[in-house]
Amino acid sequence: MTTPQTLYDKLWDAHVVHQEANGTALIYIDRHLVHEVTSPQAFEGLKLSGRKMWRASTVLATPDHNVPTTARAAGIVDPVSRTQVETLDANCAELGLNEFRMSDHRQGIVHVIGPEQGFTLPGATLVCGDSHTSTHGAFAALAFGIGTSEVEHVMATQCLWQTKSRGMLVKVDGDLPQGVTAKDIALAIIGRIGTAGGTGYAVEFGGSAIRALSMEGRMTLCNMAIEAGARAGMVAADEKTIAYVEGRPQAPKGAAWEQAVAYWRTLHSDPDAGFDAVVELNAAEIKPQVTWGTSPEMVLAVDAKVPNPADAPNAVKKTDWERALAYMGLTAGTPIAEIAIDKAFIGSCTNSRIEDLREAAAVARWASGQGRKVAANVKLAMVVPGSGLVKAQAEAEGLDKDFVAAGFEWRDPGCSMCLAMNADRLEPGERCASTSNRNFEGRQGQGGRTHLVSPAMAAAAAVFGHFVDIREVMR
Amino acid sequence: MKPFTRLDGLVAPLDRANVDTDAIIPKQFLKSIKRSGFGPNAFDEWRYLDRGEPGMDCANRPLNPDFVLNQARYQGASVLLARENFGCGSSREHAPWALEDYGFRTIIAPSFADIFFNNCFKNGVLPIVLAAEVVDRLFKQAEATEGYRLDIDLAAQTVTTPSGEVIAFAVDGERKNRLLNGLDDIGLTLQYTEQIKAYESRRRAEAAWLFI
Repeated sequence: MTTPQTLYDKLWDAHVVHQEANGTALIYIDRHLVHEVTSPQAFEGLKLSGRKMWRASTVLATPDHNVPTTARAAGIVDPVSRTQVETLDANCAELGLNEFRMSDHRQGIVHVIGPEQGFTLPGATLVCGDSHTSTHGAFAALAFGIGTSEVEHVMATQCLWQTKSRGMLVKVDGDLPQGVTAKDIALAIIGRIGTAGGTGYAVEFGGSAIRALSMEGRMTLCNMAIEAGARAGMVAADEKTIAYVEGRPQAPKGAAWEQAVAYWRTLHSDPDAGFDAVVELNAAEIKPQVTWGTSPEMVLAVDAKVPNPADAPNAVKKTDWERALAYMGLTAGTPIAEIAIDKAFIGSCTNSRIEDLREAAAVARWASGQGRKVAANVKLAMVVPGSGLVKAQAEAEGLDKDFVAAGFEWRDPGCSMCLAMNADRLEPGERCASTSNRNFEGRQGQGGRTHLVSPAMAAAAAVFGHFVDIREVMR
Repeated sequence: MKPFTRLDGLVAPLDRANVDTDAIIPKQFLKSIKRSGFGPNAFDEWRYLDRGEPGMDCANRPLNPDFVLNQARYQGASVLLARENFGCGSSREHAPWALEDYGFRTIIAPSFADIFFNNCFKNGVLPIVLAAEVVDRLFKQAEATEGYRLDIDLAAQTVTTPSGEVIAFAVDGERKNRLLNGLDDIGLTLQYTEQIKAYESRRRAEAAWLFI
């Protein structure tokens, strides 16, 4: 009898090129996403050492971090950003790599375009010089972020040295209440296990609530695995996975498709497979989440109050909470729903796909129907689609008009204010309802204050000028 | 890569948990296409009072007197003492590049984020995991004693305190070997060229759809 295996075991075993006695293994990489920020030094290293790309056809490149989200035809104004994007263009042209340039209608955030193109496939190993590569695990792929040295290593060898992680199952059963989304599940998990709770683990998300999520929702969830410390998050393949991939430009066709699908149907953990850790959540108990501090684990339900450092579980956390409250300009005991915002950002590799935009646009439509617009105290509410194709789809559905009618700005695709490498940023002291993934100090601009929420919660905060319980709005 | 063998270094204590790579090197400096020169911008938002932008002469910028690394007693430190989950967040290798360029060759903490931990070894920086109570004790000693140094011996896998206490640490054997000898990872992997090719031909037969 064969030993029951987890999904992670299966993905790992299928990619071992060479196994060392000490447990380290040389792992084969099937897909490599490349963007402008973490690649120039890797390309340079390759050139300086006179090495060649091992398998150039495994790369898909696009600029996303530095690209402007307005007046794109004028090019990039910041000369340093422009040089970085031009360097990517030049490197890709020289090595014959498939790149969607800034002017290409398929350009977008690497973690949006990979799945959209069928470049991300179930059963594959996929890496990128970006921590949110965990996103692609939604397709039952083994996907994780790497540093620039490893980007160069994959370019030159198609492999990486890895030590197998421990396995964790995060099981979410039950029905999500209306208005509660994959983003809220992700934040609730991080609130439970902490930002280091997944360190050293490959996390599989399972349970009926996960199976009920769309592929977009699963991507949102796996995207945030890294915020719990896990390099890789993953979900078993099912009919939704296969239906999403079918017909995409780089998906297998004909006989290769049939062969692939037969294999993909085996990409789930066996019934008796063992995990090193199991965490269980009841979906019915999850409420809309809002972060209040400077780490994604500093998160509460929208109906809670800002915590008091005196209640922190230990001295290190107490100091952390005090510092976070000072940075965030918040007072212990303030109801979350009374916190007013200055800006709202709907976008990022976490929440910029069509389903996210539909959820936010529904709030914008509701607001217009009530004769409301983005609140007077909100200086900017911006919507940044994840790719040119998401943007086109949203426009075909009229979502852009819903946003604009309610006072939101409709932008061009890119990472934008998730990390503020382009011109989109918070000014010191500004407070933002953001659908992105990190609320670190300075992440969205020096001195900026980030509250992580779902797309509908961000849109509702923009309309009311402060956080509101989306479940109340929907009622 | 610069080898790491032994280091007798001045210790700087950074008493914060969950220090993320955005804090270690803020995003605006990632626009560089070079691998060096990030040191003056390490911890930029905590270290300076003004807003840092690429190309500024950091020698003329106002320092934040409340940031621990700006204290006179910690100038020239090469050992960074840190708290749990150091290096969390973004995978940017610019973080170890900045720490190394600043002068840190060792970081001691109760735990590190995975990607950052891995990136350190590629850049001649040794991350050492010690038990939380040991790290806590080192914090107290370093803060109480000006000029507090630690002697780190990678071959022996020990940290020695000024009082002569020897603390052992664990490190993966292969990583240790590469760090001690400053070995080039890619060159070593290319010795497995035949195995990689054999894997590819096997895989091409069983999963042709991955080779389209």
